[in-house]
Amino acid sequence: MATQLPPGIQLEKVDDRIMTLNVGPQHPGSGHMRLIIKVDGDYIVSCDPDPGYVHRGEEKMAEYRNYIQNIPHLERPVIHDSCNILYPYCLAVEELLGIEVPERAKYIRVIASELNRCIYTLYWLAIYGIFLGHSTMFMWPAGDRELFIDLLEAMSGARVTHAYLVPGGVRNDLPANFEERCLRQVDYLEKRLKEYQSIFYKNPILISRTEGTGILSRTDAIRLGTTGSVLRASGVDYDIRKKEPYDVYENLDFETVVRKEGDSYARSYIPYLEMFESCRIIRDAIRKMPKSGSVRTKLKPNPKGGNDEVYKRVESGRGSLGYYIVSNNRPEPYRVKISVGSFRNLICMPYLLKGELLGNMPSVYWGLNYWPVEADR
Amino acid sequence: MSSEYEKDGQPSKTADASPEDANSLSKDETKKFYEDKGIDFSPDSPIRPKPIPPFEKSISDKIASKFGSKVNIDYVRPSRIRISTKKEDILDVAFFIRDELGYDHAESVAGVDYPDSKEIEVVYHLGSYTDEKLVTQVLALATRVPREEIPNPGKDSTRMTSLREVFYSVEFHERECFEMFGVYFEGHPDNRRLLLPEDWADIPPFRKDFKIKGR
Repeated sequence: MATQLPPGIQLEKVDDRIMTLNVGPQHPGSGHMRLIIKVDGDYIVSCDPDPGYVHRGEEKMAEYRNYIQNIPHLERPVIHDSCNILYPYCLAVEELLGIEVPERAKYIRVIASELNRCIYTLYWLAIYGIFLGHSTMFMWPAGDRELFIDLLEAMSGARVTHAYLVPGGVRNDLPANFEERCLRQVDYLEKRLKEYQSIFYKNPILISRTEGTGILSRTDAIRLGTTGSVLRASGVDYDIRKKEPYDVYENLDFETVVRKEGDSYARSYIPYLEMFESCRIIRDAIRKMPKSGSVRTKLKPNPKGGNDEVYKRVESGRGSLGYYIVSNNRPEPYRVKISVGSFRNLICMPYLLKGELLGNMPSVYWGLNYWPVEADR
Repeated sequence: MSSEYEKDGQPSKTADASPEDANSLSKDETKKFYEDKGIDFSPDSPIRPKPIPPFEKSISDKIASKFGSKVNIDYVRPSRIRISTKKEDILDVAFFIRDELGYDHAESVAGVDYPDSKEIEVVYHLGSYTDEKLVTQVLALATRVPREEIPNPGKDSTRMTSLREVFYSVEFHERECFEMFGVYFEGHPDNRRLLLPEDWADIPPFRKDFKIKGR
């Protein structure tokens, strides 16, 4: 390569064959980030991801607010998976402050976060569909997602930014007739998911565009520290809900979905299959949930953590999501570090895109289940 | 927290809880506050001593017997171990953790700024996918680097050896730590900015002396 290019140049010839191409941050196929791609004809020679366009300093903001005030802004990185991003925060604060959670609240949390996982996955699936040119796959999940949003709205009062999970339990109890309504929606979703299968996942055009593209071997998936569906698509059986169960996941009946191919198709198929598992979890949790009881242990006003630190993680829609909280006897945390799946999976983007056709970029990119806002925090 | 922390007095110094803090009630007052409202009183002792789990103890013992006084076992809890070491030794310890103990990837690299003791702590959270016994474990490997009053990222003494050749997955995490705390990682091939804009001219923003406007 002739010279090292400064970033910010739209389209420049590097030498006779290689050109630099900026994908994003305005490009709709890139999300809120930029990929500096060098192409040789139609083939990608190198890719340098440049995130940070939606960096909001959530971790810094958390140092100025107390443990309760932190709840609504910490869910902002992924508002459509807000229960799952608050889950490890609640677990961490509970361990820090020594709070016990009522049994019923644990089940409600699991139900809320599984509903939210479905909402996230359907949203992701809609985007994945439209970027592969399949507009039916954009409309269907975006519509079906509304039913689950309505359920969570009935539970929490908000459509997307629920702030439903709080340290000590959940904010309020389930509405009347929730179980019935929830089971009805879950049945409906399962019926619809089977239709997705026939229209999208068995579509020969989708298969030809995604099968065999962006292959990540098992060794590389482990070495690069990937997580979530990317890891499980490469044949590693690792799901924190199974391996390090939190709350009541150990009592519930579900399977980890693993595939061995490691290509873009497997990566996009796993979140879809996991929605069936989410439905199983929701059914099982509703069956096993205590029918009455407290749903929240109230915290003291302005609670203080000791001179302590804690690291808690859960399985979110995009993989492992961990909170590292250092506390120093103050009502505010001393330091909050959020370890998110999107940021961890970003590292394999240059590896997967190298040698791919430029036209395969969207399928590899969105197959990573990557959410730029979460990665930037 | 660990004995090391208490010795430094680092968090506790800034934390000197003022007894007259209007917002924090005493134990009896809190109890009364809740009883008046008819709410169950939450457990009031935040830190309860827990028994040391044997499996985690065996891992920390292996590290302690190999490195002796070079490492400090800060705590051993269920599924969580924290060890701290000097920055000169961190590469050896990391190689031992990967090759002998079986940890294979990093989950996060967190910087923690301690302006009072003029140090920045870098904490690596390590996990394992391959070893079935270690899947629940997260090992925190911490080290401290000197902190400059007026930072000059990349050119001052705030630097340590990169762990990228041991755990490849720290690549982007270390880049984030470099821009947010100014910790330069020697041996990292790509010490560029990641999240901050190219024209960021202020000090690294996650240091404690960088204040949010209006706070």
